[in-house]
Amino acid sequence: MFDNILLLVQNPSFALDVVLNGMLVGAIFALAAYGMSLVWGVLNIVNIVQGELVMLGGFITFALVEHGVPALVSLPLACAAMFVVGWGLYRTVIFRVVDKDLFISILATFGLSIVIQQLTNTVFGSDVRSVDTGMGSFYMLDGNVTVAWIKVVAFALALVTGFALWLFLRHARLGQAIRATAQNPRAAHILGIDTDRVYALTYGLNAALCGAAGSLAVMAWTIHPYIGLPYTVRSFMIVVVAGLGNVGGVVAAGLGLGALENMAGFVLGAEYQIAFVFTLMVLILIWRNWRASRRRTYLS
Amino acid sequence: MKVKIKSALLAAAALLALSDAARADDATIRLGAAVSLTGKYSSNGAYTRNGYDLAVRRINEGGGVKVAGKTYKLSILYYDDESSPARGAQLAERLIQQDGVKYLLGPYSSGLAEAMAPVTEKYGVPMVEANGAAISLFRKGYKYLFAVLTTTDQYLKGAVELAAASAPDSKKLKVAMAFENDPFSQDVRAGVSDDAKRFGMKVVVDDKLPPELNDMSATLTKVKLLKPDLLIVSGHEKGAATAVRQIADQRVNVPMLAMTHCDSAQIAEKLGKIAEYTLCGAQWAASLTYSDTLFGKASDYAALYQKTYNEAAPYQAAESSAAVQVFADAFARAGSLDPKAVRDALSKTDIKTFYGPIKFDETGKNVAKPTVILQVQDGKYVVVYPEKWAEAKLRTPTPTWDKR
Repeated sequence: MFDNILLLVQNPSFALDVVLNGMLVGAIFALAAYGMSLVWGVLNIVNIVQGELVMLGGFITFALVEHGVPALVSLPLACAAMFVVGWGLYRTVIFRVVDKDLFISILATFGLSIVIQQLTNTVFGSDVRSVDTGMGSFYMLDGNVTVAWIKVVAFALALVTGFALWLFLRHARLGQAIRATAQNPRAAHILGIDTDRVYALTYGLNAALCGAAGSLAVMAWTIHPYIGLPYTVRSFMIVVVAGLGNVGGVVAAGLGLGALENMAGFVLGAEYQIAFVFTLMVLILIWRNWRASRRRTYLS
Repeated sequence: MKVKIKSALLAAAALLALSDAARADDATIRLGAAVSLTGKYSSNGAYTRNGYDLAVRRINEGGGVKVAGKTYKLSILYYDDESSPARGAQLAERLIQQDGVKYLLGPYSSGLAEAMAPVTEKYGVPMVEANGAAISLFRKGYKYLFAVLTTTDQYLKGAVELAAASAPDSKKLKVAMAFENDPFSQDVRAGVSDDAKRFGMKVVVDDKLPPELNDMSATLTKVKLLKPDLLIVSGHEKGAATAVRQIADQRVNVPMLAMTHCDSAQIAEKLGKIAEYTLCGAQWAASLTYSDTLFGKASDYAALYQKTYNEAAPYQAAESSAAVQVFADAFARAGSLDPKAVRDALSKTDIKTFYGPIKFDETGKNVAKPTVILQVQDGKYVVVYPEKWAEAKLRTPTPTWDKR
C-alpha cells in the first residue's frame, strides 16, 4: 500500500491520470444519480430498478448501433426510448406504490429490476457488449495521462444535463410543478397540479437520464444484463451523500466519489475499491447524523 | 358404479401407457442434465446443451451404444438451473429421485458443478461434467465426478512459459496480474503464480478485481507505471472485454497480454483491431489436429456444429460433446448399466477424441489434455502453444500503441 502511495508521489502525472479517470466515471454515475434524487425526492421512492434502467439504456444504444445508427446519435434516441419506458413503468407499476410504505416500493422496484434483467437476458443474451465510438483517446504528458474522448463527452454531458436540470426545476412550469409536488403533494393537488401526471413525467425523466448514463456506459465501458446493481448502489450513495434535491451536490458527490474510488483502487488494490466507497458512505452518514443531532441540541 | 368403471378404465390405460414407456426405455439410456438456459450463464448454458445434443444425435445416427450385446440409443432429460447453484442442487436431487436418472451430465460452471457434486455423490450416480474446471472440485475426494476438461490452474501456464521462452533471462521479467475475486480466476491465479515463481519472475501487480467489475482503470494505470513484461487478466467474458477495451483506451503498453475467456467474449470479432496480439488460454480450438471416429477431426466437428447451429463452435460445446462420448465409451466397456459398474469403467477411461485425449486420474480430472494458447492474429484465433500443435509463430513483443 505504501509502495503504491510512493509511486504516485514520485509520478504525479499518473496520479492525475487516476483522478481524472475516476472523475469521468463519476460523471456517468452522477447522471443516474440525478434521476434517483428526483424520484426519491418527488415520489418518495427509493428506486432499486435504477441500475437496470441504465443497463437498458445501454442495450438500446447497442441495438441501435448494430443497426447502423452512429453511436452519438443513438444517445438521444436511447433517452427518448427510455422516457417512454419510464412513463410506461409508472403507469403500470409505480403509481400503485407511490403513497405506500417505503418497504413496498423497494420491493416493487426490486421486482421490476429482476424482470428487466431477465427480459434483457432473453432478448439480448448474457454476453458482454460494448460499442466503439471510433473517437479514440487523447494523451497528455508523454502519454502518461490518457483519457478516452467518450469519457470527456460523458463528463461534459453530465455537467450540462445537471445545469439544464437545475434550470428546468427552477424556472420551467413543469419544473416548478415537480418541486411543488415534492414539497407537498396534497397542497399541490389542491392548487390544481395534476400530481399523477407530474409523477409519471418525473419517472419518465428519471428513466431518460438513466438512458443517457447507460448509453455512455456502453460506449465508454462494457455492459451486460447483470451490470445494474453497481449503478443502483452508486446512485444511492451519491444521493445519500449529496442530499435530496441538490443538483450541485450530486455532481460534486459523483465526481468526488469517482475520483476517490479510483484512487482507493490504485492505492489499496482493486479488491478494496468498493469496500472503501462503502466505508466512506458509512462515515459520511455517521458524520451527518452527528452534525444533525448537534444542531438539534443547539436549537433546543 | 359408472364412475368406478370409468376410473378403473383410466387406471388401466395409464398402466398401459406406463408399460409402453417402460418398453421404449428399454432400448434407451437416459442421461440427465441441469444446464443454465436462463440467468447469467445462459449463453454458455446453451453451448453446453448444443454440445450434448450434437453428440447424442451423432451417436444415435451411428446406431447407438452397444452394451453387453444390446444396442441402446441415448437421450437426455434437461432442466434449467437458472444459473443458480441452489437450484442446480435441487434439480440434481430431482433428476435422481423423481425421474430415476442414473447418469448425469454436468452443468455449466464450476460453481454449479460444486453444488451438484455432493448430491450425485450421495446417491452414487456418476456425473461426467465438461464445464467446471475449478481445481477445488477435485480436492474433495469425490468418487463419482469426472471432468473432461483441463483444470483451471493450467489455463495460463502456457503464457508464462511463452514469456519466459521469449526473454533472454526469465528472472528479469516482471508480471502484472489482475484476477477476478472468484473461485475460477483465483485458481488460474494460483497456477500462474506458481509458474512465475518457478521462472523467478517478479510479480509487480497482483490485483483482485471485484465480481461486478466493469472498470479496471486504476489497475491499468498501475500497469502503465510499473511496465511489466507480461500482463495476465482473468475475469470471465466481461473481464476479457473490459481489459482489451481499456488497455486500448488508456494506451497501456505491455509486451505480452494473456487472458482467459477471450474466445468466448469474442474479442477479435467484437473489438476488432485493438484485440490483436492478445493471448488466450483455451481448452480447445477447431484448428487442433485431434480426431476420433465419431466426429472426425476437430475441424470436422466445428463444421458440423456450424451447420447445425449456425454459429462458430465454442470450446464449451466441444467439451460438452466430449462428455457424452466419454459416457458412451464407458457404457460399452462396462458391459452393464449398473451405475457402479459404469463409474468403474469411467475411472478407467483412456480415449482419444476430437476434443483431445481423455484420461482421468484418481480425483476424476482429465490429466491427458493440455490447454492451448491462442493468439489473435489478423482477426483470427490461432494456436501458438504448445509447440506441437502450433499453427503459427507467436507474434511478440506487442508493438507500442503509437506503432499500431
